[in-house]
Amino acid sequence: MTMTSLSRRSLLKSGAAALAASALPLGAARAQDGITIGAIYVGPRDDFGWNQSHAAAMDILREVPGVSVVEEENVPETDAVAKSMESMINLDGANLILATSFGYYNPFVLDVAAKYPEVQLRHCAPLWNPDTDPKNAGSYFSYLNQAHYVNGVAAGLSSASGKLGFIAAKPVQTVLSNCNSFLLGARSVNPNATVQVIFTGSWSMPVREAEATNALIDADCDVISCHVDSPKVVIETAEARGVKSCGHNADQRALAPNGFITGAESKWSTTYKIYAEALMSGETVPNLIAGGYHNDMVMNTPFGAGATPEAITAAGAAIEALKGGKPIYVGPLKDNTGKLVIEGEMDNYAPELEKMNYLLDGVIGSTT
Amino acid sequence: MSLSSATSDLPARRKLRLDPRSAALIEASVIPLAALLASALIFSLFLTLLGKDPIRFFALVWTGGVASSFSFQNTLQRAAPLILTGLAFAVPARIGMTLLGAEGALVLGGLASALVAIPMVLAGWPVWLGLPIMALAAMAVGGVWMGIAGWLRHYRGVNETISSLLLTYIAVAIMNFLVEGVFRDPGSTNKASTMPLGPDWRIGDMPGTSVHWGLAAGVIIAVLLWVLMERTTFGFAARIAGGNLRAAQAQGLAVGKLAVASCAIAGACAGLAGFFEVTAVHGQANASLAAQYGFTGILVAFLARQNPLAVVPVALLFGALGASGGLIQRRMDMPDATMLVLQGIIFVTLLVSETLYGRLPFLSTEQAGDRT
Repeated sequence: MTMTSLSRRSLLKSGAAALAASALPLGAARAQDGITIGAIYVGPRDDFGWNQSHAAAMDILREVPGVSVVEEENVPETDAVAKSMESMINLDGANLILATSFGYYNPFVLDVAAKYPEVQLRHCAPLWNPDTDPKNAGSYFSYLNQAHYVNGVAAGLSSASGKLGFIAAKPVQTVLSNCNSFLLGARSVNPNATVQVIFTGSWSMPVREAEATNALIDADCDVISCHVDSPKVVIETAEARGVKSCGHNADQRALAPNGFITGAESKWSTTYKIYAEALMSGETVPNLIAGGYHNDMVMNTPFGAGATPEAITAAGAAIEALKGGKPIYVGPLKDNTGKLVIEGEMDNYAPELEKMNYLLDGVIGSTT
Repeated sequence: MSLSSATSDLPARRKLRLDPRSAALIEASVIPLAALLASALIFSLFLTLLGKDPIRFFALVWTGGVASSFSFQNTLQRAAPLILTGLAFAVPARIGMTLLGAEGALVLGGLASALVAIPMVLAGWPVWLGLPIMALAAMAVGGVWMGIAGWLRHYRGVNETISSLLLTYIAVAIMNFLVEGVFRDPGSTNKASTMPLGPDWRIGDMPGTSVHWGLAAGVIIAVLLWVLMERTTFGFAARIAGGNLRAAQAQGLAVGKLAVASCAIAGACAGLAGFFEVTAVHGQANASLAAQYGFTGILVAFLARQNPLAVVPVALLFGALGASGGLIQRRMDMPDATMLVLQGIIFVTLLVSETLYGRLPFLSTEQAGDRT
């Protein structure tokens, strides 16, 4: 299909006579010249959250010689995203498409991958099925709960009351795991720490996020963290109320010059560089990339003014421990209804953790 | 509005000899086109102030929306739902009602079609039988939903603009409640959806294209509704009621039934758009059904001056803007909101251009006479 679009453009430029001669050399030249990588975001790329985390990685990729980057923001999870992907392939000659929103995958990434077998498509969520899905599609995702664990360590040592608050979007596995890891991080340094959680029910609902932040602060929480698409409102509300905060998804330090401690960020640039290098050297682009601290796929935001010196030291040590494979979930652990949910020691990438549907003892709140 | 300009027989030197029908037609074409041109100029000024090249912008709109077979099909695909939701605003507008609820009817229509499909898919019914049932369910639910707004307006005196808009929020809430609750497919972990219908139940593209059948359905229904509004007693009665409600009542027209029926037709159009979103696009119902097509349709119908036939080309124009919006972002490094700014300018310019009807010098005897 790249060839077809090239032919079409050459046709416009140099006329039909030149077509046969120019199409092939042009195609070959493109492969040597460099590669084009397209990224599609569901919201604005400067949202201080999920989309910005990807856009920041694309900015790093932009600096890599031989890589052209094209981006589209605010693309809804409808056939609009299929058309955006096809447009990048047909009009920009994209070799790789990064579809960064959950709902892009089925059916849109799958359809486009089947239609353009020579283009690589990678989707940011653990959805690619090697048995049934196209071989030119794939998935990448990070275990962000590891960085939330570090958040918890720093928060536990930066809080006066030991009461932490967490604004959660939906009671789904990734969110629950982040919230539970935040608690375990805090409990590793302060066994009496608690995390009070409020679910907003939506990935992005700024008004309710602000209300929830205020409610948690009114309940004496003095560090607020969250898992919503864009934590901007949460961090700003906490800062305005004079309490400390831990970030999520992107760098929010600038939003809270007084109270920001650290934040949990995915380091998508690691993955994107692997893709770019594979494409440029003509190697197979990996179908599945996943990881956490051990393979440089998550990071914590540089510490802000809210972090105490003890917190900085302990968080640094926690990061080193995670890189060495120290497990976060060490049993016996009960959920907050008293049921034993984890008996022994869990590897940080254990598949059992993917089924998490509970809040641990110490988290105040309910998934229902 | 257009009558005053065209029916006068006063002699004047610069007056064109036109019968009222042609004059009205010319006026209805020239004014929106001039408004479009004016918005293009205003937008060019906006781009120039931002330091961007307007010519490059419009060239990219051409490239992204029209120039190649891919781009044009991209435009067509994006226009498909807008034709149906545009009609959903245009039809009640002829009876003088401002119905903003197409989004809600679309969402509930799509949900209904996905839900009635589940037992049929599980029972292994033939697709040729199942798809029409799904379409009818979508139209029925959408029709009833908007019919509520029409009924409230006529029989309870509730403003239909407000009620239909609020019904939209209720519709989206009902959809979310059902999709995240009883009808949630257990496999849809991070994005709640109903049971996937499977590839056999996807309605697919029109032969030789990558555009789904919703486009053909939209065009056919636009023609049918034009016939209904312009060539039947129903349409005639609706236009009378839209022009002067009291007069229509005095004539003994069933104004209440007309109002409810117009709203129900509108809801059925939007519901059908929801059906195509489910069967041609998503293969299941989920929160992505609320993709603002219902609201963009208002703009489409407005630009088409509530003429069902004109809705089609206007939807294509908006489809082209949507199709090229991504290219503008990528090539000109401009934010997504750029296209919204253009749409906003078009909308305001059109509002202003409404005041020109009956005042175009070359169609108006009095003014032409004054000038000479």
